[in-house]
Amino acid sequence: MNKNIVLCGVGGQGTVLASKLIAAAAMKKDIPVMSAETIGMAQRGGSVFSHIRMGEGLYAPMIARGTADVIIGFEPGEAVRMLPYLKPDGQVIVSRRAIMPVTATLSGSAYSGDEMIAYLEKNVSNLLTIDTEEACRNIGSSKVLNILLLGAAVYSGALGLTEEEIRDAIMERLPEKFHGLNFEALAYVRERLADTRVQQRRFCE
Amino acid sequence: MHKEFLMGNEAIAMGAIAAGVNLVSGYPGTPSSEVLETAAKHRTDNTYVEWSVNEKSALEVAAGAAYTGARSLVTMKQVGLNVASDPLMSLAYIGVKGGMVVLAADDPGPISSQTEQDTRHYAAFSKLPCFDPTSAQEAYEMIQEAFTYSERYSTPVFFRPTTRVCHGYASVTVKDPAEYTSHRPEGFIKDSTRWVIFPRLSYQNHKKIEARNVTLADDFSSYSRNQIFPEETHGLGCPDGYTKRDNIAASSELPKKKRGIATGGISFTYALETLRQTGMVRLLKVATPHPFPEKLALTFLEGLDEVLCIEELDPVIERELTYLCGKYHLPVKILGKLTHHVPNAGENTQDSVRENILDFLGLIPDTIADKQDTPPVLPVRPPVLCAGCPHRASFYAVKTAMKGKKTIFCGDIGCYTLGNAMPLDMVDTCLCMGAGLGIAQGVGHMEPDTSCFAFVGDSTFFASAITGVINAVYNQADITLIILDNSTTAMTGHQPHPGTGRTMMGDIVDKINMEAVLRGIGVPIVETADPLDHEAAVACVRRVAKEPGVKAIIFKSPCIAITKPSEYMTVDSGKCIGCKKCIRELGCPALFTENEHICIDTSLCTGCTLCSQLCPTGAIHSAASKEHSADKSDTSKTSKGGGSHE
Repeated sequence: MNKNIVLCGVGGQGTVLASKLIAAAAMKKDIPVMSAETIGMAQRGGSVFSHIRMGEGLYAPMIARGTADVIIGFEPGEAVRMLPYLKPDGQVIVSRRAIMPVTATLSGSAYSGDEMIAYLEKNVSNLLTIDTEEACRNIGSSKVLNILLLGAAVYSGALGLTEEEIRDAIMERLPEKFHGLNFEALAYVRERLADTRVQQRRFCE
Repeated sequence: MHKEFLMGNEAIAMGAIAAGVNLVSGYPGTPSSEVLETAAKHRTDNTYVEWSVNEKSALEVAAGAAYTGARSLVTMKQVGLNVASDPLMSLAYIGVKGGMVVLAADDPGPISSQTEQDTRHYAAFSKLPCFDPTSAQEAYEMIQEAFTYSERYSTPVFFRPTTRVCHGYASVTVKDPAEYTSHRPEGFIKDSTRWVIFPRLSYQNHKKIEARNVTLADDFSSYSRNQIFPEETHGLGCPDGYTKRDNIAASSELPKKKRGIATGGISFTYALETLRQTGMVRLLKVATPHPFPEKLALTFLEGLDEVLCIEELDPVIERELTYLCGKYHLPVKILGKLTHHVPNAGENTQDSVRENILDFLGLIPDTIADKQDTPPVLPVRPPVLCAGCPHRASFYAVKTAMKGKKTIFCGDIGCYTLGNAMPLDMVDTCLCMGAGLGIAQGVGHMEPDTSCFAFVGDSTFFASAITGVINAVYNQADITLIILDNSTTAMTGHQPHPGTGRTMMGDIVDKINMEAVLRGIGVPIVETADPLDHEAAVACVRRVAKEPGVKAIIFKSPCIAITKPSEYMTVDSGKCIGCKKCIRELGCPALFTENEHICIDTSLCTGCTLCSQLCPTGAIHSAASKEHSADKSDTSKTSKGGGSHE
């Protein structure tokens, strides 16, 4: 089971932790894992990505264009930016919430997340959009964004990992005081996913 | 043996520890910093670890340890090697007793650096052996072998990973602590004919080094990591899923050319992934670019017509092979950067290498990825100073105070280079660590009517700015030095430095007082101010900058990433007139507009209050403390920064 996974977003959104959890879950199953991520200056509010590769016979930690099985977009525009990496019929999971770059705020130029979502709907056959703003509000923390998206990716079946395996990775990698909140986020996204799937089918028709 | 998911840099550190390293020194710099941090975290009782004040000190400390017979590792990024080059060049003539590895991490792209310089040239320049790993697993094993070679030839050796090797993660098979080598240094033995460099000794040693490198090149030809991967016998045909390019198909009656690929570093892994799909052609992996494994390379070249060289940064392998073809009159065409067959700047990617190889083999893939619609214009996200960053306040204070005056703002290397972004626009020059001071002096000598400012961070001050201050005082310059003291080395991930009072051995020590250092040098005016008190900070700049000679302001306020924000700001929408002064003047990422009103992203705001201080209607005020805010967890902050030598 070889998998290429791209996580992308804006510096500070928690893509790195999500990629560590995926890797930890895969390691536990004795699947060889490699990953690469943005480190350095771009982390200061810039576009960031993590590449994760799982399976045998792989040499490089970086993914080639057109070969990602899954893209997990923490921000709609960033998901569009990484779309060339998606393989045909690959799965995209994306947060609907746009993050306005400082440059757009300054110049007053319009950047609309809706436009990005519309583009994804048109160009991606397996798309799962998540209203993370509502989810974070209901759960009561803006910091569960990464676990919500990771959960959605797990339930989509595209990662080849189970909720149980991700829960184990959370218990292994995070301090105990954060376990409850993150499990709550996983449960939340599991319950909501049925509705989202209805929505997704509508887009595809 | 067991498996761990390790970053390349962590693997390197664990490898050094497994080799019984006794001393690790270094200076932070992306992409090298995690090596020393990991070594400090996992050190044995026989390992001393320090962040040195700069790379020159670090290299000298590591050399001293190796003189005693200890195994030492010194870490830095590629531009840090420029700082360490003085002791390095001489040490190459003196040699070492214990194994000494000089780790200089290169940064193709460049992703977080000023230059795309290639450390393999430094290896050739200093005549030192160089090891170039391709993966985290190989790096783990190779650094242990590097110590062995260093001791076998009594010379320091280079270890040169690049960003994607340093920062790539992999499941790495590592030794259990019980399998570690324990290395006990014999101690320094006095011998002035060996340890004291004199012209005569250098002449004698130069001859020995040249002879040694011939032996070493032979030795490297049988080093298992320099490898030839044989071609598959059907490698000349057209693989499934590809079509031969027209012109090649047409000339298929002609004798087919025999092609090979020579590569090293991360590019090797990209090349291998493509060749596993197209079928293998003969492949040379160069693990020791210096001294070049000539005998192995000759075996590789035997019978080939064309060789494509795929490497990052400079065409080192390509020049070596071109040289060998000349030396031995070989009828092999060597292609690469010099012949414009591969790009001569920027990093290689899976895609660029694949494209170069397919082009070289004359293959066109049958399936071309579905063309997606042209995407909408994507938002540009240049890196910016964090919300609440005290550097923003310092820059804004100087900008306000000097408005309308003829000024130059000479910047330096660190997070505060980001002060160049709009709307602050407060970095007119940036060259290398500590250079802002010298540039400001030079401009001032030529333009006496310009108010010359040099901005320097606290870590950079200790690393390389103090000599610049002495130069300014001695030579009667007229500059204002602004020290941005955020009590850490922020850009590279918050390493301690002499002003923080913490060492990598966990000791709490006396902080070196910057104000006292400046006064000791003879700077007559040294003021310390809180940049977040805008009015007072502006007054301080006005007061100090108008004085003649060298004067300094220390803007002291801790990095927001190492303090817990206590509150956040909110906007009273009844009072906000939507003038956007806060956004236009500060460009803080926590500020945005919604329906012509200013809003504050409470997840980013740290409550620095700067925006509230400049709001003309007093519409921004402090809200509930962060304790009661929505955020219950802290799972989104795990990443580290990068680059204090950037």
